[in-house]
Amino acid sequence: MKGHRFIGTNQPRLEDRRLLTGAGKFVGDVRLPGMVSAALLRSQEAHARIRAIDASGALALPGVLAVFTAQDLGEVGGIPMRLAPREALQKCFQKPLASDRVRYVGEPLALVVAVDRYVAEDALELIDVSLESLPPVADVELGRGRDAAVLHASLGGNVAEHIVMRVGDPEGALARSAIRLSERFRIQRHTGIPMETRGLLASYDRGTDIVTIWGAAKVPHFNRQILADLLGRAESTVHMIETDVGGGFGVRGEFYPEDFLVPWAAIALGRPVQWIEDRREHMSAANHSREQVHHVEVGVRHDGTIEAMVTRAAHDMGAYIRTNGFVVPERAAAFVPGPYRMRNFLSEVDCVMTTKTPTGSYRGPGRFEAAFVRERTIDLIARELRLDPAEVRRRNFVQPAEMPYNVGTKAFGHDVIYDSGDYPRLFEQALERVGYEALRAEQATARAQGRFMGIGLATFVEKTGVGPWETARVRIDGSGFVTVYSGVTSVGQGMETVLAQICAEQLGVAPEKIIVRHGDTAVIPLGAGAYGSRGTVTGGSALWDAAGQVRDKLLQLAAHRLEVSADELELREGTVMLPGTDLSMTFRELARAALPGQPMPPGMEPGLDISAYYVVKETTCPYGVHVAVVDVDAELGVARVRKYLMAYDIGVAVNPMLVEGQLVGGFAQGLGGALLEELVYSDEAQLLTGSFMDYLLPTSMEMPSQIDVVLTQDAPSPHNALGLKGAGEGGTVAVGAAIANAVADALAPLGIRVTALPLSPNAIFELIRAARKAG
Amino acid sequence: MTQRHIRLNVNGQPREGDASPRKLLVDFLREDLGLTGTHAGCEHGVCGACTVVFDGEAVRSCLLFAVQAEGAAISTVESLADGETLHVLQQSFHECHALQCGFCTPGILMSMSVFLSECPAPTEQQVREALSGTLCRCTGYQNIVRAVQLAATRLAATRLAATRLAAK
Repeated sequence: MKGHRFIGTNQPRLEDRRLLTGAGKFVGDVRLPGMVSAALLRSQEAHARIRAIDASGALALPGVLAVFTAQDLGEVGGIPMRLAPREALQKCFQKPLASDRVRYVGEPLALVVAVDRYVAEDALELIDVSLESLPPVADVELGRGRDAAVLHASLGGNVAEHIVMRVGDPEGALARSAIRLSERFRIQRHTGIPMETRGLLASYDRGTDIVTIWGAAKVPHFNRQILADLLGRAESTVHMIETDVGGGFGVRGEFYPEDFLVPWAAIALGRPVQWIEDRREHMSAANHSREQVHHVEVGVRHDGTIEAMVTRAAHDMGAYIRTNGFVVPERAAAFVPGPYRMRNFLSEVDCVMTTKTPTGSYRGPGRFEAAFVRERTIDLIARELRLDPAEVRRRNFVQPAEMPYNVGTKAFGHDVIYDSGDYPRLFEQALERVGYEALRAEQATARAQGRFMGIGLATFVEKTGVGPWETARVRIDGSGFVTVYSGVTSVGQGMETVLAQICAEQLGVAPEKIIVRHGDTAVIPLGAGAYGSRGTVTGGSALWDAAGQVRDKLLQLAAHRLEVSADELELREGTVMLPGTDLSMTFRELARAALPGQPMPPGMEPGLDISAYYVVKETTCPYGVHVAVVDVDAELGVARVRKYLMAYDIGVAVNPMLVEGQLVGGFAQGLGGALLEELVYSDEAQLLTGSFMDYLLPTSMEMPSQIDVVLTQDAPSPHNALGLKGAGEGGTVAVGAAIANAVADALAPLGIRVTALPLSPNAIFELIRAARKAG
Repeated sequence: MTQRHIRLNVNGQPREGDASPRKLLVDFLREDLGLTGTHAGCEHGVCGACTVVFDGEAVRSCLLFAVQAEGAAISTVESLADGETLHVLQQSFHECHALQCGFCTPGILMSMSVFLSECPAPTEQQVREALSGTLCRCTGYQNIVRAVQLAATRLAATRLAATRLAAK
């Protein structure tokens, strides 16, 4: 941004040194004297009544300290929703340990504590569990049926919530449309898979009555509140400490059964208890995401203008409602319209309980799904009308003159309103940069030679900087050092660097000199955390305010002491000085001058220590365009992404290098969702892809060597002082859509319709085989 | 379980400890020797986060038992930097923004340090193939590929300078 010294620069990360040298401190790296290890006995059946659990064999094993089952926990509440509680959903909350029934493979049945993890796992084998099988509910659509077993009796069925979002007169407009098209789309179950599994270490001090938990992530302050409530303790006796975090992606850091069990066991045993999830556990215990089936109908004019769109979807919630509640299906419903004008729109979603791992948010929750459904539909329209897919998009974009634009849908009960943007402009920039016309010409040649080359487009609008609020505190200590205390957390995205840059801008101190603290609830009493691409927008805005107030105070105080006007003073490298003179005071001198009892300007409070809050009234909406160029090997069924372009308007980039890192990393996860990753369940609701041998993550070989990022700053947000919008999810949300469109485009000569993800070699091979058989 | 006494060389220092025969090397390094820079990401030999250099070869320390390291020379990520000076790979990773959460990074650094000694002037494709044995969920690999190529260039320049110096 113009006039800024630190904001807008590619500041190398302040986090890197410790992480590169092995000095990072992840939860598994923290060890305490007397520490013991926990392991969980998990259900191997999807749906069953618990008859008995006999732990006597395990308890007899040397080195085993305790085996806890639901009975030992006594009366403990279900784990609540963190966001937007709803009464019906509360009937489906999960208790920390199953008591009478298990509802998914991987559900915790008992907690073993032993001298080390090896012995704890030995003990798991010695626990005798007697289960009486119940019918599984493996299919999200069949789960709604009258024949399906009911998971939660008090719900009366398996549909926990029915979401309806209606704009205009969708049914009427559909009936009146010149052309009507329909399709069924499916997005597969997959999830975040951070490289570090979850983990916790809890320690209880009887003297102070404080329980300390290392390994909190994402939302430590919310989790402190949940844990305090479940344990019946004061929040001030629950101390959460965020360590280095090996990736979050929405999954890590939510409150899970283990987040209750490990501290509870530490208190019960009076010893530090460590639990480090192994990968096999993680695959069935941590939140899954994304699984939806949509039935879409769209009505269009002959020129491709959309008259009405209706989608009726089933969203797989899994066995319990977890902390994210129905955020994911609600987002999916609200964000189907994307950057297109849809004045007649209906989105209905059934939130269906199934006997599979519970679900939650994964990078771009609801938007990855919505983009797939919307952008595939746009391409269906183009194919039906024999129009270029780019042209159909142009004819439906919301125009810049319409900003702010009320979509008519709702998220968290608030209207979805796009704050600013020029969607057609970014679209044309993207097409020009990728050489769209030349690619189409190349495709014509390829087709003439019998090769399957496809070009896929997808556009989207993001919702970032979500609420409810965020905190920041800036303190200049007696040595003159600047410390930022932020309510946001780090899941590896470089928050410390970005916050240091923002603070540096206000105080004229190099970012490297600024200390950033976060995630320790004893040091930072209030915070919201890292979700919804919010860290820079909300934490940065609160910090901009707090640091700005400290700046003003430094200037006023120095002016008072130096007997000059504050307007004439400047801040440079930890000094307030009058340019052209030798009049100056260092931050250190000013910090001491601000101590209580010192002479202050009239009305000024002592201290260089200021807190500020940023309350989110409206979210910010960055937007983007993805273009995929794909070659399909029709014999092997392999789709190779040859080239990928992402154009993204971020409003204002604090650190363009980190934004680009977010986009490219986000794309890799999207690529996994488009081509590889699937949590496959059998009809018996057994997870079949529970290890890295069969759940395939993208490697360096699947990533295209040509990834192009066009980062624009044309539409700063009007909702915060710096114009910030979020960066975390725009790399992911449109990838399934763009790659699917490219594969569909490649296979168009065979008359193939692409309606489901992932487009694995098997899936593509089957599409081609079926088409050739039919043709 | 009966403990075995193990003697080995880690990061140039003689080290020893007791471990049961089933204890994984990664756990021994982390828990008994306090070298927590090596991370366990999957414990079934796929992700590569636990990669260490074992008698000159990059190996997955989650697929070895500690007792198998008897008499071996092992290097972990803690050995790369020279005091405050980062190793050329570490410096290149820093400059190219080749890490985000940093959990997989130690394994990638160790595996690339061996790769560059075996393949000092790699093409992009060779770097990608070498990297495909380790998973990173944050970066999308693009900047890691760039960082490894940058490190290779710098190492080549250093070697050239050393050769010229020797020739004088």
